[in-house]
Amino acid sequence: MIIDKEKVKKIAHLARLEFNEDEEKNLIESMNKILGWMDKLNEVDTDNVEPLRHMSVEVNVLRDDQVKPSLGHKEALLNAPKKDSDYFRVPKVLE
Amino acid sequence: MSLRTYFSLQEIQNEISQSQLTCTELVAQYLHNIEKKKHLNVFLEVYAEEATAKAKEVDAKIANGTAGRLAGMVIGLKDVLCHKDHGLQGSSKILSQFVSQFNGTAIQRILDEDAIVIGRQSCDEFAMGSSNEKSAFGPVLNEADNSRVPGGSSGASAVAVQADLCLASLGSDTGGSVRQPAAFCGVVGLKPTYSRVSRFGLIAYASSFDCIGPITRSVEDAALLLEIIAGKDDYDSTVSQSTVPQYSNLLNFNKKVKIGYLKESVESEGVSFEIREKLQNTIDKLKTDGHELTPIELPYLDYLLPVYYILTTAEASTNLSRYDGVRYGMRSANTKDLESMYKKTREEGFGKEVKKRIMLGTFVLSASYFDAYYNKAQKVRRLIKDSSVKLFEQYDFLLMPTTPTTAFKIGEMNEDPLAMYLADIFTVHANLAGLPAISLPIGKDSSGLPIGMQLVSNYFEEDSLLAFSKYLMNKN
Repeated sequence: MIIDKEKVKKIAHLARLEFNEDEEKNLIESMNKILGWMDKLNEVDTDNVEPLRHMSVEVNVLRDDQVKPSLGHKEALLNAPKKDSDYFRVPKVLE
Repeated sequence: MSLRTYFSLQEIQNEISQSQLTCTELVAQYLHNIEKKKHLNVFLEVYAEEATAKAKEVDAKIANGTAGRLAGMVIGLKDVLCHKDHGLQGSSKILSQFVSQFNGTAIQRILDEDAIVIGRQSCDEFAMGSSNEKSAFGPVLNEADNSRVPGGSSGASAVAVQADLCLASLGSDTGGSVRQPAAFCGVVGLKPTYSRVSRFGLIAYASSFDCIGPITRSVEDAALLLEIIAGKDDYDSTVSQSTVPQYSNLLNFNKKVKIGYLKESVESEGVSFEIREKLQNTIDKLKTDGHELTPIELPYLDYLLPVYYILTTAEASTNLSRYDGVRYGMRSANTKDLESMYKKTREEGFGKEVKKRIMLGTFVLSASYFDAYYNKAQKVRRLIKDSSVKLFEQYDFLLMPTTPTTAFKIGEMNEDPLAMYLADIFTVHANLAGLPAISLPIGKDSSGLPIGMQLVSNYFEEDSLLAFSKYLMNKN
């Protein structure tokens, strides 16, 4: 049992999520089950194996720096749930 | 007027050139079918007026001789592909009201060739699922049996082709999301080599796995679509810079090949009897034709799914951190301060499966467990990749079922969190290794449910994969 109530709360905070009591209970159960199943990987000998971090074989694909228009101000703000004429608006951070 | 069902763009273009058909008639027919099959819950949005107007425009271009190569192709888009000035939400509540401000590269390229986009198709939320039941818009039904799922995550995109609601769809495949639903719906689903197609404008789930791929009725259309969407792109520095072959002109096949078929696909109790039988038939036919078939074991088979779920949940937890209620999408009305705005928005906006995967991913990336899970999985991924490279020193293709069973019942897999994951056992390998793979329909079981067979080829050998697929389809 790697996952307990305290751990669920901690991970949820890191992931900026919230769960009620029932959901917490379900998560503890299913996460432990899934993580237990993932522990199967311990059977594989990976001594001296480098982790595979990049799937594309391309390295440093560079191009000349060109001045091109990017997403305009209006378009960038269009999908914002709350905005003023220039900025995204969020709840007050500093008093 | 009712038109017949078309199996390839070539058929459509032939009829158009003989003045027996127009794009306008074709779009009207597909719109009619979409209306008639509304209960399948395929489309989140249908662009009826726009598609009709575009059809007129393409008809005029055809008359002038200026039409693109996809003139006459009516296509649907999985709800993960950016299409300028159209809604996009990954079938999630958290992106409610979102409107794309640009075209993804694959979309731009099919539009430039005069494809007609008819609508936006449901999927599992943010492409996480194998049944299309995890869409915020409810389950999508399999046209072969309405009590069954179409597979996922590109389930609706496969049903759209199966039920003749459009000629083709573009989906995305992270662990089988194009191939598994294609198998469940009796259509063709292609996942290209990782990095063959630009990911610009594809909603990210797990970036080191995600591939855009076509779902079609014919191998020819899959080849043509891949040829058009693949290739280098200024907006994705990870996309392959290598030249894109003219797949659609390379479909002739007259070689004898070496095929390694997965032993489990004809022997394992875990694969349904009728699927094993169909696979055995195909194997026998290929042997008769003089090809060399050898039973093989897929290295690390038991470890594929655990590696897949560690790495994809980790990447998902990172990729989905962007949905914070600040720049786009919904924001919860129940917020007191910045932190509660993030938390409430994400709590209310994401579905259960997505939240579970974010939690798992956050856990495997957390400082104390990073080495034991994430790093370990990346090491095993290297072993999987290296062993795949070795397999292709011996074989031209790998052959196996796309799925262990045919389409399951809606709700059937919701009890056990692991049961659904097992539906992807044969498809995740190609994503872990980055290999190209295709699912081909090879018949139906006794209940009339489609059976899919998967072929995998070496890196960037989509040309021979597609040619061999066409040869196989002609045999069946």
